[in-house]
Amino acid sequence: MAIKKFMYLNRRAPYGTVYALESLEVVLIAAAFDQDVSLAFMDDGVYQLVEGQKTDGIGMKNFSKTFHALGDYDINQFFVSAESLEERGLSVDDLMPLVWEDEDDDWAEKPSIKVVPNAELTKIMSEQDVCLSF
Amino acid sequence: MKISIQINEGPYQHQASDTAYQFAKAAIAKGHEIFRVFFYHDGVDNASRFTVPPQDDRNIVNNWASLDIKNADGEPELVVCVAAALRRGMLDEGEAGKNGIDGNNIHPAFRISGLGQLIEAGIQSDRLVVFGD
Repeated sequence: MAIKKFMYLNRRAPYGTVYALESLEVVLIAAAFDQDVSLAFMDDGVYQLVEGQKTDGIGMKNFSKTFHALGDYDINQFFVSAESLEERGLSVDDLMPLVWEDEDDDWAEKPSIKVVPNAELTKIMSEQDVCLSF
Repeated sequence: MKISIQINEGPYQHQASDTAYQFAKAAIAKGHEIFRVFFYHDGVDNASRFTVPPQDDRNIVNNWASLDIKNADGEPELVVCVAAALRRGMLDEGEAGKNGIDGNNIHPAFRISGLGQLIEAGIQSDRLVVFGD
């Protein structure tokens, strides 16, 4: 069966609701299915990638470290809305430095996160076969 | 067309499940196939057989059951995510036994399974339609 393009669209903050955590659980399972997987982060979803999350004070599991593992599962297309970052006073420097190793390029470490304007994100979305929104 | 549905919100609190039900009913009436309905997040609560709405209101759980969505082996294709269900106290007989809990609440028109069933639905179907916020 042909490989499909799956996009996981994350629009909510990492804590406050369970959507972000349960989205990540889907992505981890999806890794086993050998599909073309990408993740998109917009609106408050960009907070999911912010570096230095500390959750001790709210009694929640800090699942942000899991994003670092996704590169090992060939999940290395993280599209982040430029507008959503800017609206929140954030830049790519505030995000976790997620990387993956490119086996076709002598295992060079490459960044997984790509900041894109919404217009480009729209185009990427329109190219997907399946878009799961969380 | 082969269609699958994902429902991300619980019953009554949110219209997602109602709208998805109307969509599924209309799609079936038009001759489309509903391959699978996958209940995730609080959507798992749509599968509780203990749901008792007032008499003058719709029964969302029975509505879903009435669509009788099954595969060729006769198994229900109203699928409840196991991880999301367990952390919200939704258990079938098997999960209740495994976890030493003396009751179960999954309606027999539904079955519990893993997230792989959602991905598979995306692969197998012409469309996967998500209902939620």
